[in-house]
Amino acid sequence: MYFTIFLGTMEQGLLWALMVLGVYITFRVLNYADLTVDGSFALGGAVAARLILGEIDPWAATLVAFFAGGIAGLITGILHTQFKIAPLLSGILSMIALYSVNLRIMGKANISLLRLDTVITGVTRLGVEEKWAALVIGIGAAVLAVILLWLFLNTEIGFALRATGDNGQMIRSLGVNTNAMKILGLSMSNALVALSGALVAQYQSFADIGMGIGTIVIGLASVIIGEVIFGANSIMRTLAAVVLGSLVYRIVIAFVLQLGLEPTDLRLFTALIVTVALASPVLKAKVQRCFFLGRSETGAENEKCA
Amino acid sequence: MLRMKNVHKTFHPGSVNEKCALAGVDLTLKPGEFITVIGGNGAGKSTLLNIIAGVYPVDRGTIALDGVIINESREHVRAKYIGRVFQDPMMGTAASMTIEENLALALRRGRRRGLRWGVTKKERDYFRGQLAQLELGLENRLKSKVGLLSGGQRQALTLLMATLVRPKLLLLDEHAAALDPKTAVKVMELTDRIIRTQGLTALMVTHNMRDALKYGNRTVMMQDGKIILNLPEEKKKKTSVDDLLKMFEEVTGNTVNNDRMLLA
Repeated sequence: MYFTIFLGTMEQGLLWALMVLGVYITFRVLNYADLTVDGSFALGGAVAARLILGEIDPWAATLVAFFAGGIAGLITGILHTQFKIAPLLSGILSMIALYSVNLRIMGKANISLLRLDTVITGVTRLGVEEKWAALVIGIGAAVLAVILLWLFLNTEIGFALRATGDNGQMIRSLGVNTNAMKILGLSMSNALVALSGALVAQYQSFADIGMGIGTIVIGLASVIIGEVIFGANSIMRTLAAVVLGSLVYRIVIAFVLQLGLEPTDLRLFTALIVTVALASPVLKAKVQRCFFLGRSETGAENEKCA
Repeated sequence: MLRMKNVHKTFHPGSVNEKCALAGVDLTLKPGEFITVIGGNGAGKSTLLNIIAGVYPVDRGTIALDGVIINESREHVRAKYIGRVFQDPMMGTAASMTIEENLALALRRGRRRGLRWGVTKKERDYFRGQLAQLELGLENRLKSKVGLLSGGQRQALTLLMATLVRPKLLLLDEHAAALDPKTAVKVMELTDRIIRTQGLTALMVTHNMRDALKYGNRTVMMQDGKIILNLPEEKKKKTSVDDLLKMFEEVTGNTVNNDRMLLA
């Protein structure tokens, strides 16, 4: 039984890792907190499920989902760069709009893919044992995504994208159109997120209108966990760390579920992880100051920070 | 080279924060000319540079580079011809990227960027040679993140980046003002050396009157968005900081009441 849980945890970690890589592109490379992902994750699932239901080849369906996500990111990018809407709000607008779009695509709130051909049954037919099929897809997709992203981030355009997130004024003065870079980054990110949604829908054999809720927080949690544990010295290291972060996140979740946490409390738990991670620099400074004051100042100072 | 005619710029027009930053600036730079710009806070010096670089559009007037009016061309398009160094040492480089990555970004100023490698082996060797000329030991730290460098090192690097691809016009915005005095002198001397050896056309804003007189072939003084004084090279050589203060009083009818300008 533990092996099944472990395998399931790994599969989920890898399939969601594509989404985490997408969040990494916006949150870390572009320095842009993009909430579109909650919508584009479900969009990927919806597009893939609807097409598979319509007897389209699952690989083609997955590819279409990937491009659909890219378009969602493109729209967020246009809202932000052309209409000067704040990053958070641009993402929220896309996310809300996508809720209706996803319902339109699916025609209902839930599509079951049981007994239909998916990329996972497709891999089984290539001779992979059924037990390992999802894992093979997960590893293949994650490794391929990491390599392609690493290559891309080391090209001239990749450099320009990174510089856009780091220092927009500087890179404009070196002749780069930062608006175009932001749109490109948002598109790439949401394409990956939708791809992840498409694979997850096929993995769990259903797409659901609510499957994207909280995706951004899971993505942030995984990025932060990965960077803290595995380091962020170089691009390759960070990309690998982010994928491993997705795995660790799933392990943590599996662990707390085993300990008896209600599955309905998971999102609260995830939000807590992200809050602690984001607050840690401030908390650290506070603790250090208290410690410092406690040693060098009078008791009155101690009370102040308690 | 650069010709500005009757350039106007007002920020937040029609609101309580309305601020007239440039009120009819006429300025012409000949090829190879190195002009220093001085003036108090709010005189419009930084706006002048930003408007040439295309950070903001002009309200009125024309800016022409080599006879071509560039009013409508956007910042990243003008960047093809213009090199910039900012006041804040953090502004001119990407801190999370390495020295060689920053230089590679600068080497592609004005070129189309594609899916070729961001930096090549040949370029690395070239960067090493260029960095060695700064005499800061940076040639052995190509893979160091720029965020680890000191303000002076970053400013020297930015200067190299701005001139790596020869700019038609170099804009320097008080680029030594945020550095400690010793480093500031070094960066100023480096600036002067690069401009002279490459024969660049440059516009340098400074708060420091001594620097304004020491460097360049012409000094202009700004006040309330206008150029109020123009010192050509022969006159500039004979002018002292005290003379400059007197001229300021004569032209404006005010005494210099700006601490930063006096102390500089």
